[in-house]
Formats: sequence, C-alpha cells, structure tokens
Amino acid sequence: MKRAAPARKPRGSKPAGLSFQDLLFRLLQFWASRGCVIQQPYDLEVGAGTMHPETFLRVLGPQPYRVAYVQPSRRPADGRYGENPNRLYKHTQIQVILKPSPADVQDLYLQSLAAIGIKLREHDIRFEEDNWESPTLGAWGMGWQVLLDGLEISQFTYFQQCGGLDLDPISAEITYGIERIAAFLQGVDNVYDLRWSEDRTYGQVRLAEEQQFSRYSFELADPARTRSLFETTEAEALALLATYKPEAEVERRGFPVLAVYDLCLRCSHLFNLLDARGVIAVTERAALIGRIRRIASRVAAIYVEQSVGPSAPAVTT
Amino acid sequence: MKKAVTHADFFLEIGCEEIPAWMIANACQELKVLLEKYLGAAAILENQKAESYGAPRRLIAYIPALLLKQADMVKETVGPTKAVAYDHEGNPTRAALGFAAKFGVTPQDLILVQTPKGECVASRQMVRGRGAREVLDEILPRVLQEIPWPKNMRWTEAGGPRFIRPVRWMVALLGEKVVPFEFAGLRAGDQSSGHRFLGKARISVSSRADHSAKLRRNFVITDPAERRAKIERELRDLAGKKNLCIHKDAGLLELVTYLNEYPTVLLGDFDAKFLELPQEILLTVMRDHQKYFGVEGKAGHLAPHFFAVINLDRDREGHIRSGHERVLRARFADARFFWETDMKCRLADNIPKLAQVVYESKLGSYALKVERVREIAGWLARDWAPAKADATAIDRAAMLAKCDLVTGMVREFTELQGIVGGLYARAQGEPEEIAQAVYDHYLPLGLEDHIPRNLTGCCVALADKLDTLTGCFAVGRIPTGSSDPFALRRAAAGLVKILLERRLPVSLPGAIGTAAKSLRKHNPALKFSGEIEKQVLAFVLDRARFVLQQRMGFGYDEINATLVAGCDDLVDAADRLAAVKAIRRTPNFEPLAVAFKRIRNIVEKAGPESAWKTASVNPELFTEEAERTLHAAAKEVAFRVADLKRRRQYWEALERISTLRPAVDDFFDSVLVMSEDEAVRKNRLTMLAELLREFSTIADFSEIVTEAADAGRKKK
Repeated sequence: MKRAAPARKPRGSKPAGLSFQDLLFRLLQFWASRGCVIQQPYDLEVGAGTMHPETFLRVLGPQPYRVAYVQPSRRPADGRYGENPNRLYKHTQIQVILKPSPADVQDLYLQSLAAIGIKLREHDIRFEEDNWESPTLGAWGMGWQVLLDGLEISQFTYFQQCGGLDLDPISAEITYGIERIAAFLQGVDNVYDLRWSEDRTYGQVRLAEEQQFSRYSFELADPARTRSLFETTEAEALALLATYKPEAEVERRGFPVLAVYDLCLRCSHLFNLLDARGVIAVTERAALIGRIRRIASRVAAIYVEQSVGPSAPAVTT
Repeated sequence: MKKAVTHADFFLEIGCEEIPAWMIANACQELKVLLEKYLGAAAILENQKAESYGAPRRLIAYIPALLLKQADMVKETVGPTKAVAYDHEGNPTRAALGFAAKFGVTPQDLILVQTPKGECVASRQMVRGRGAREVLDEILPRVLQEIPWPKNMRWTEAGGPRFIRPVRWMVALLGEKVVPFEFAGLRAGDQSSGHRFLGKARISVSSRADHSAKLRRNFVITDPAERRAKIERELRDLAGKKNLCIHKDAGLLELVTYLNEYPTVLLGDFDAKFLELPQEILLTVMRDHQKYFGVEGKAGHLAPHFFAVINLDRDREGHIRSGHERVLRARFADARFFWETDMKCRLADNIPKLAQVVYESKLGSYALKVERVREIAGWLARDWAPAKADATAIDRAAMLAKCDLVTGMVREFTELQGIVGGLYARAQGEPEEIAQAVYDHYLPLGLEDHIPRNLTGCCVALADKLDTLTGCFAVGRIPTGSSDPFALRRAAAGLVKILLERRLPVSLPGAIGTAAKSLRKHNPALKFSGEIEKQVLAFVLDRARFVLQQRMGFGYDEINATLVAGCDDLVDAADRLAAVKAIRRTPNFEPLAVAFKRIRNIVEKAGPESAWKTASVNPELFTEEAERTLHAAAKEVAFRVADLKRRRQYWEALERISTLRPAVDDFFDSVLVMSEDEAVRKNRLTMLAELLREFSTIADFSEIVTEAADAGRKKK
C-alpha cells in the first residue's frame, strides 16, 4: 500500500513540530499579545477548563474580560491505565475567554493555529456544529468543534447561559485539546510518544500518573467514603450559603462566594469519581447532578449580586 | 427599453459564520417563501418567483425583475352622509368642511358615493407608490428575523441580534444599487467574502452573475447542485481509476454538499486488518463520526479505503490525506478495543447489568422492560404467530435484545443499538434466527424502512413497541405536537407496518391488553385505568390510517368505511380495504353506496330503534312487489356473502352485494317507507335496518364519498 508523506517531515536532525511545552508557550504568548490576562491553572481537580472560576465566574456580569490559561482536566471515567493511545484520565486544555466576543473571533482563532505552525491552506480546517452543555454548571452555548484534517482539536462556543443566568454580554470560549494538537504537529499516533520537552516524552512525564489514578478511580476509591466526602462537602457549601445576607451591603460583599464555588468544584469531582467507580445508579445520577447545579446556580447569582447589587446597584457615599 | 426602467433584479446574500450543514437547505426554502410573501404583499413581486440557495457561510436569494415602484393608488375615504354634510340649501356644513380640511381639500373636491348607510361624501386621494428600495429596506430585516431555525443564539449581548450563527456581512442589490438595510447591527452593502482560506475576504459584487463568477474565482461554489455534482463526479472518477465502488449514501452526500464551500474528494486508505471488524461498525465510524464514504470492491464487500470530502481545492502536500488516515486509524482502533472487550463476556451475562439502566423513571429499568417484552412476545408466539413461529427462539431473542445497551460499543456508537447486539449474538454462536432478530428488533425506523427479516424478529419488535406504547401512555408520556421524545408515533407506525407486511392477524385490543397486563404485573406501583388501553388503541389506529393512506395509497373515505366495520385485526381490515378499493371502480358500487346512505338517513330519522324495530321482518306485511323482491334478493345475497366472508373473499362478497343495486333502486322508486300504516312502516324500517347491518360488516358503504352525494351537497 502506497502511503502519503507523514504530516511533518523531520528536517535534518531537528525533530518535527513543536514540543508539548513549546506549544503551550506559543498559544499563551499568542493570546497574551491579543490582550488576554494569562492565568494559572486552577489548583483543584476540574473536569474542564470551563469550571475554572476565571471562566465560570468571569463570564457573568457586564465587565469585559480576556483571559487565557492552561487547565489540566481530570475525567476519572476516561482513564485507561496508560494503555490507550488517545484517552487520558487527565488531559491538558488551553482555555481562552473573550468577553465580549469580538466580531473577528474566528479569525483570531485561526491566527492562533498559524502561530503554532499550522499552514491554513494546506489543511482541511472546518467548523462543524457542536453545541456545548454542562448540566452540572447550568451552562450552555452554541458553536462548533473545530476539525483539522478530520481531527477534533478545539471547541468553540458562544456562551449563552452560565449558572442558569442569561449572559450579557456574550463571551466566546475557545478550548484547545493540547495533546491532540501536539500529536498532530509531531505526527505521532500515541500520546505517550509525544515530545514534552527537548529530551523528555509525554510518557516519561505522565505515564505513572495515568496508571495510578486509573487504578484509584476504577478500583480503589472507597465508594462509601467518597460518597460521604461528597455529602460533607455539599453540607459545608449549603451551610455557607445559608449565612449569605444579600440585604446588607458589607456582608454581601464580604461573603466568601469563591469558597462556596471551590466546594462546588470538589463535589463535581467527587461525583465524577463515584461515576467512574460505577456506583451511581442511573436514577440517582440526575438527582446528584441537580444538587451540584443548585450550588453552582446560587454561586453565579451571588457573584452577580456582589458586583452589581441584588436588584438596583447599592450606592454608598 | 421601458422594462429596464421599471424593473430590476434583486440579489441578497447573508454572510454568516458556519451554519449547521443540515439546516441550510431548509433555511433557504424558508427564505424564499418569506420573500415571496412579503414582496407579494407589497405588490412589487408581480408574478416573479424567488430563487434561494446556500453554502456553509451564506444564504442567497435572487428575484428577477422586481417592480421598482409600487403602483400609485387611489384611496377613497368615506365621510358623513349627504344629509349631514350639506344643509337644505346644498351648502357644506361644518361636518363637510371639517372632513375636507382633514385631507387638505376644499368641500368642492369632495365626491358623493353610495354606501350601505346611504349616500355619503367621500374624499379621493392619490397615494403614491413607494419605491422598491424603500419597501425592501423595511421588509428585509423582518424576513431575516422570521427565518425559523431549530435554535437561535446571541453573540453580542442579551438584547442583541439573534440568528443561527453570527451574521458577518450582507449584500443586497436592486439592479446595481445597494439596498442598505440594517440587520444584526450591520448594514448591507456590495461586499461579499470568498472561501475562508483560499479566497479574498472582501469582494465587490454588482449582480448575481458577477457574484457567482467572482466567488467561483475565490473558491466558493454557491450553487449546491453544482457542489453535489462535483462531489459525485470526483467520487466516480477516483473509484473508477481503482476499480472500486462507492458505498452509496444519499444522506451523507447531502450533508457534505452543505459542509463545504469548495468540496474536493480525496481517497484514503486504512489497514486491511480492520476489515475483520463487522462492516456495520466500520461504516458507522466512517459515516457518522468522520463523514467519509465507504468503498466497496467489485464483490460488494468493504475495501480498505475511504473517501473524505475536504473544503479545499486540493491536498497540496498530502498532509490532509495522511491526517484523515491517522484519525480513522485511531477511531478504528477504539472500535476494535470495544469489540474485543465486549466479546470477553457473553451477551446474556449482561442481563443483570440492565437493572442499572433506566428505561423511564416510572417504568423502571431495562431489566424490567425485557421481562415485559418477553411476556408479550410469548403471547404473540403462542396465540398469533403462524405454526412456523419458534416460541423458544422468540423468548431467547427477547431476552438478548437489550443486552447490547451496556456494551462499550453501543455506549460509544449509540446509533448501532440492536445491530451490535445482533453482531455479538452471531459471533458468540447464537442461531442465525436469533441473531437476526436481535439485530432487527428496532425496525422499522420509518415509513420507508424495512421490517425485521424473520418472524422471530417481527415478534420481538412488536412486543417491544407494544410495551413502549402502553408504558409511555400509562405514565403520561403522550406525544403532543412536535414533542414525541419516546418516538411513540414511530413505534405505532412500525407496529402497523410489521402486522400488515408480515400479515400477522393479531388482535390489536388483545395485544394492547396483554401489554397492559404485563405492565400491571411488573410495575404494581403504577396505577392506570382501562381508559389508557383505549387511548393506545386509538393512537395506533390513527397511525394505521396514516400508513394506509400515505404508504399504501388508500382513500380516506375507503379507510373510514372499512375501519368503522371493524379493526380488531389490521390484516383483515387491509384485505377488506383492498376489496373496497377494487370494487369501487365497478359500475354498480357507487350508486349502491348512495342507496346505503339513503337507507342510513331514513333509519336514523326514524328515531330510536326501540320505537319501531320488530323482532323480524314479516313478509305478510309487504304490500308492494318491490319490497318483496328486495327482501328475497337480500336474503339470497346475505347467505352467499356470509359464506364468502368466512373464506375472506371480500371482493367477491362485495361484488355480490352490489348485485342488489337494481332491487334497491326499484324499492326506492316504488315504495314509500314511511307509510301511514304503522305496522307496514315498522316492517319496512326493520327490513332496511337489517339490510344495513347485514351488509356493513365488510365496509360501511355510507362512509364512501360519492359524486352523487357531493353533487347533492353542492345543490344545497
């Protein structure tokens, strides 16, 4: 069988495509030069870059904002003990929020692909309908998955709702799947063969983590204790929420809504863990998701009240 | 020369970010209809038709020779009556002066017109027609606003524009002049945009022809028919060169036509070792997940190649082909992983896991559904399926039918439910009859789809659909309008199709009753009345009417006539219906139908049966020859019809009934039913009622719409 040339021909001794870490640098640099704040990954387990407060909270309310960050995202059910060439317990996203969405947002995105060395005229790049929804966060939007020669490399969404609130203005969210893009650039089939840096592979850096967390999520996480952690975390969030007094300006502004949101994220991860352990009955599933969503929706509402005021803006002199 | 001044072509392009491919053709049609509606109402369309077409980033409409200016119109406004407007000397009153002043004219300019109120004064004003540009300016935003999309979005702010995807440019030309209407925060101009990567971002256009030509140079083929033809041509050429065939797929062809502005086909390969996987799985991965066409060798089995349609003029460096090949390789590797993992456990071992999968919150898990389906299928096998049915096979197939729902393969490729179960059953050595039944039991998926291939599959499919219908009705999940989340309409139509095409003489009320009984047994907490069963029956019959009319081409009155006479067994009903349709063309039938209508009217007008019905017809009371003849003829015919009916020779039976026509006609010509003599009258009514009852068991002829009856209605 005659084969076509590989995607990237090694030139001389120089290896093909950007290394994994150079890819991160380039994309962050690109977005920094387009006015984005460069944030750090959130320091809790999250299932997607959207759950980072820099997205979930910043898209609420009227203030314009632009931010980009790397977000390692943990999906316990996707773990494959390091044996599957494409699926990972933890994969790496770069998340960009442009608020409000500029008219040339698609072009900006395509420029970012050019910036990491993708020649736009030499590849089949398309925007195919894919509407995004997170029932846990009460969030949804409309947009596309971006396909590069048939490979899904990004999710592109115009956020419509978050925490059950209609958004105004509308933010554009771009999420890059970094492992897939790196594999594409380097012409590699197995994620563990990716060059992470000049002299280290992805496997060398991450394989043990995949193996251990897969084992923990699928086999060892104790269902009863995990469930009780969920209940305790939820109880803490609800107890905090019960103390919120929107009428008093000082107490309203001082309310630790960010702490409640952290608890909400923990609940979400614990739920994912229970799900991977296969101990959530289908009937229970919707109910648990609903419990997390209720906290997320309260967080969103309070966050907006803190910046805008409960009804009319409270003016102090 | 004159025409050039009065008319001009209209061209419209709405430039968007990528519109979901499956919505574009429909949106174009809506755009055309809306333009014609509004421009027609504005009286500048005359008899022209709009054309519309689209591509991923644009909706386009064109109307040749739009009237440039609405015709001027004389508008008449009626004022006070003559008596009020003029005094007895004929001078205008204050009322007339006021009325005239309102229009800026003098009372002398007023005219007199006849109205229902009598003679009134009136004012005539010339209303100048508005220019087409002005009209378009006003209409176009409304047209765009009204295009119905499955789901709209916003992209600026909460109060901002809404459309299917952000609108980025608009071109509107009347002749060569721009119609600068505003929509979505933009103003229309003459700037279009080419292919996202190969074309210029800004292109001035002056007409439709100019637009088509310039966009082609900028790698956008605006006409979908032309894009489709390009794809088909390239598929054919590439396949021909390698002596291969395309796995034909009209739906996919339509989709890729609207996914690309400049479609180009390329041929890719995959490792032949993946051909060990079942063809259904390979095709689903290629089609549903990658939008590739499968390729077949001359013998009709899949070959290790695929066709991808890309949105570029060519694959410059071969990167695109190798990229698509790599993605497909990973997808196939995934599918093989699922196949191998799933095959480690036997299908039947999945049954306990079904208890964890909820079918519907009140109806419980799939494990429960399987139990109910087995019972219903058992009833079908025992009581209704012909001797050929194998009750053991039917039970086994019903038991295995849902087991694939917990396999990795179906979790990944949900559209393959049933099919995957059938493939695993076969690979694990289940008898072919059972494997096929599992494979087919979701069929038919639509009116055009085929029914399960074997009797076992038909029984499981029927049982599954009966349970779905009865269960969903019992918990109130009844379809309303366009909302039918459990696809009950499809289930009911499928049920009807299987019964009719497989000719299974199943009692519908019996089948629904069995499903209800099973539901009561397995879901004792569920309380529902017998009324639910009646609702399900009515719902299925409604779908039966639909299938009989749309799919089998029977007239609605023929269907009514037949179903009124009985619809317990749809196969029998369809046979009677076919006989009615055939006999209808014979000369005696329609007049007889008219006569039956007349009989029914007479009997109905005679009041409640108790007032006149006698135990039996008494020949002694006949006074006219015609009634004697009719009575004798009817007895003779009834005897033969009963025999023919028993043998289900409905056409012959109906033909026999229609021989009554001369006797019936004679009777009505010479006999007055409502005789003065009470005993004679009652006797005649009783005879007619019996006639009606006796001969309405195949079809109720009085339901047939006849020309004579229509003519009668018109006269009224």
